[in-house]
Amino acid sequence: MTALDTFREETRSWLEANCPESMRTPMPEREMPWGGRNAKFPNPDTKVWLDNMASRGWTAPEWPAEYGGGGLSKEQNKVLQEELARLRARPALSSFGLWMLGPALLEFASEEQKKKYLPEIVKGEIRWCQGYSEPGAGSDLAGLQTKCEDKGDHYLVNGQKVWTSYADKCDMIFCLVRTDTTVKHDGISFLLIDMDTGGVEARPIKLISGASPFCETFLTDVKVPKENLVGELNKGWTIAKRLLEHERSMISGMGMGAGAASMGGMEAIAKENFGTDGEKIADTSIRQSIADHKMDQQAFGLTLRRASEEAKAGQGMGAAASMFKYYGTEVNKRRFELLLDVMGTQALGWEGEGFDSKELAVTRSWLRSKGNSIEGGTSEVQLNVIAKRVLGLPDA
Amino acid sequence: MALVLTEEQTMLRDMAKDFFTEQVPVTNLRKLRDDADDLGYDKDVWAQIVELGFAGILIPEEHGGTGFGPMGLGIVMTEAGRTLAASPLYSTAVLGAGLILAAGSEAQKSELLPKIAAGDMLTALALEETNHHNPANVAMTAEKSGDGYKLSGEKKFVIDGHIADTLIVVARTGGAVGETQGLSMFLVDANAKGVTVTRTHMVDSRNAALVALDGVEVSADAALGNIGAAYTELENVLDLGRACLAAEMLGGAEAVFDTTLEYLKERKQFGVIIGTFQALKHRAAEMFCEVEICRSVVLEALSALEERRNDVPRVTSLAKARLSEAARLITNEGVQMHGGIGMTDDVDMGLYLKRARVQAQMLGDSNFHRARYAELGGY
Ligand SMILES: Cc1cc2nc3c(=O)[nH]c(=O)nc-3n(C[C@H](O)[C@H](O)[C@H](O)COP(=O)(O)OP(=O)(O)OC[C@H]3O[C@@H](n4cnc5c(N)ncnc54)[C@H](O)[C@@H]3O)c2cc1C
Ligand SMILES: Cc1cc2nc3c(=O)[nH]c(=O)nc-3n(C[C@H](O)[C@H](O)[C@H](O)COP(=O)(O)OP(=O)(O)OC[C@H]3O[C@@H](n4cnc5c(N)ncnc54)[C@H](O)[C@@H]3O)c2cc1C
Repeated sequence: MTALDTFREETRSWLEANCPESMRTPMPEREMPWGGRNAKFPNPDTKVWLDNMASRGWTAPEWPAEYGGGGLSKEQNKVLQEELARLRARPALSSFGLWMLGPALLEFASEEQKKKYLPEIVKGEIRWCQGYSEPGAGSDLAGLQTKCEDKGDHYLVNGQKVWTSYADKCDMIFCLVRTDTTVKHDGISFLLIDMDTGGVEARPIKLISGASPFCETFLTDVKVPKENLVGELNKGWTIAKRLLEHERSMISGMGMGAGAASMGGMEAIAKENFGTDGEKIADTSIRQSIADHKMDQQAFGLTLRRASEEAKAGQGMGAAASMFKYYGTEVNKRRFELLLDVMGTQALGWEGEGFDSKELAVTRSWLRSKGNSIEGGTSEVQLNVIAKRVLGLPDA
Repeated sequence: MALVLTEEQTMLRDMAKDFFTEQVPVTNLRKLRDDADDLGYDKDVWAQIVELGFAGILIPEEHGGTGFGPMGLGIVMTEAGRTLAASPLYSTAVLGAGLILAAGSEAQKSELLPKIAAGDMLTALALEETNHHNPANVAMTAEKSGDGYKLSGEKKFVIDGHIADTLIVVARTGGAVGETQGLSMFLVDANAKGVTVTRTHMVDSRNAALVALDGVEVSADAALGNIGAAYTELENVLDLGRACLAAEMLGGAEAVFDTTLEYLKERKQFGVIIGTFQALKHRAAEMFCEVEICRSVVLEALSALEERRNDVPRVTSLAKARLSEAARLITNEGVQMHGGIGMTDDVDMGLYLKRARVQAQMLGDSNFHRARYAELGGY
């Protein structure tokens, strides 16, 4: 038996013993384990599962153990993920800290900062939000204006962020701020701010889906300790870009297959709504559209797999993050459009009678999916990145 | 299996790439076309292909081949597609060798496979009878006649039909048109009495033919596989053909994309290179994504064949459908982004556009394979 086999056996029995039964069922939105100082656990098992996983550092399996991570190798993590999938276990922790900030801190932060922030992220004690976008700086992120002045023993921050997801529920925000107004990219710094600091105010904004997951964040004379600067002053753009890569790969893999899966599969719904001709969906045009879409998904999944295999073989696909962000989010949007075609009136309910909860959820998810090709850099911006970085097509 | 090439496969690819780019560039196809070459392929080139072991790439070493399997064959097809190399690779090394390996008796294998590997025998699959691929739509009859069979009917779109020594003919010994049962395969000497082969001049300047059989007598041992039950083996090898066509189309699509990208960086209008225009940049970036996706599905189809997985039909349909669409998109964009010059016969864009159209039709276009993919998915 290889060491990896032993690891698999141990992992399997540990998970069997430590993953509560209810954590092996599909997760309703309201039970998402975001963690944080004010974390709510409508299902107490969520907390048990989080604590169990965090105790082994397995919420961040590949982070070094000295920062609270699992210290696993890529191969071991793969085994862990396979074993989690086998149990259909829910993620123990969903967090911007895990997906975006942590990897950037590991690369760019000081030893003290890593020791302070990473273990909190692993345990889900602190919930982070992302303060990048501003009213005047979206796609042109480097045009951001939030001012950060050096006041000797602290920084003073003034400005406004927008589209800050979950800002009203978060404990800390990682922010891009302007520390030099005479230059563009080289005048940006990466700053960590506690949301409880005086002068920080988050106001929720309502989305087309009816939910209010993101906010306008106002920063007025906010005093920030100097040790909260990550990396060097005016070198924040490098960190910002690296973090965006993590964000893009996270978004591109998100939500594939969800929605329709909870509805028992698009084919099944189509058979019910359009009737069958033998095994076939009787409406050939819907049938072809579904096949087309399934092919898209399979082809995209294969490409994700190939990219990870190439990365392992040290071949690297280059600017893969932009390609996957673009393609993955566009496929996801098409999936919801098609699902609505297939469901007909049953995907058009907003609330109340006449629709079951799964149907209502599809309607809302369809609307939410529109944001996929905007958040984390729009599809157009991804195409710009591919054209420039991969294809070498210069700007005018 | 992995979606990355092994070291051995990478070496094969590099060898094939060097060979086709240096020895069989697109000018080779142009010359065959402009000379109205009787054969429609270059015998010297074929001799070199045989020499390199590509003709017998699917054939095990015991029968004189190099035994690289479907993955190796697909790799070679991609490189051949990149330069539009006209050769009997597809008709003979893919379909001919594939069918004899899959359905042949030990005697047929020992006799015929070494000939294919040595370049001494060319084959052509005579299957299609209608305007769209449909392997069960066979009306050609094979009636019992003495110890053997008598074949009558007409075939079309027989790739390499007029250069083949041996035709592999799909005919009906039972069942009705449209049914998969009752189909049989026969090895028919192209010079046999009653065989009429008429070369058709296709838009891609490659070889195809009409084949008419008028009471052609064959012996019982001319049957390839079981009488009345050839469909399963036929379909398996058609999947091999589809994956290889997808691989060949990938090479063409990559070539067009690379050439077009170079052109975007060269051509100036409005005082700047046209590659600075976002209207073209975004389309180029989309083509890049498409090419990446195409590589994945082709590798997956070849891997599935290599491993004899049971999702072979599904993933070959995925690959053939995807590549048919992608090659159409990319060759169209190639012409468009070259502007007026893209419409001329002087640049190669048009040659790739034409070839992609024919390849898309061979063994099922994207509509055919989308429907098949759905059916295999149980909907
Ligand atoms: C659901 C959701 C969650 C988000 N969460 C966060 C968050 O947590 N933190 C955060 O900081 N931000 C967040 N954002 C903001 C997001 O990053 C921005 O919306 C995005 O970067 C686009 O910026 P914008 O909205 O200002 O659009 P604009 O930049 O004004 O774009 C408008 C349109 O113009 C196009 N465009 C712009 N520039 C170009 C160009 N050069 N070439 C071609 N087309 C162009 C865009 O593609 C778009 O279609 C979130 C957004 C959404 C939708
Ligand atoms: C069949 C045919 C008949 C013709 N007949 C005549 C005729 O009778 N008389 C005559 O004078 N001419 C004729 N032409 C020439 C025709 O008008 C030009 O080919 C056409 O104007 C394009 O110019 P070009 O070929 O130099 O392409 P280019 O201008 O080099 O264009 C190359 C590519 O770049 C794109 N492109 C160029 N500029 C931009 C931009 N600013 N933004 C985005 N994309 C851009 C184009 O759309 C194209 O895809 C003919 C052409 C053809 C194909």
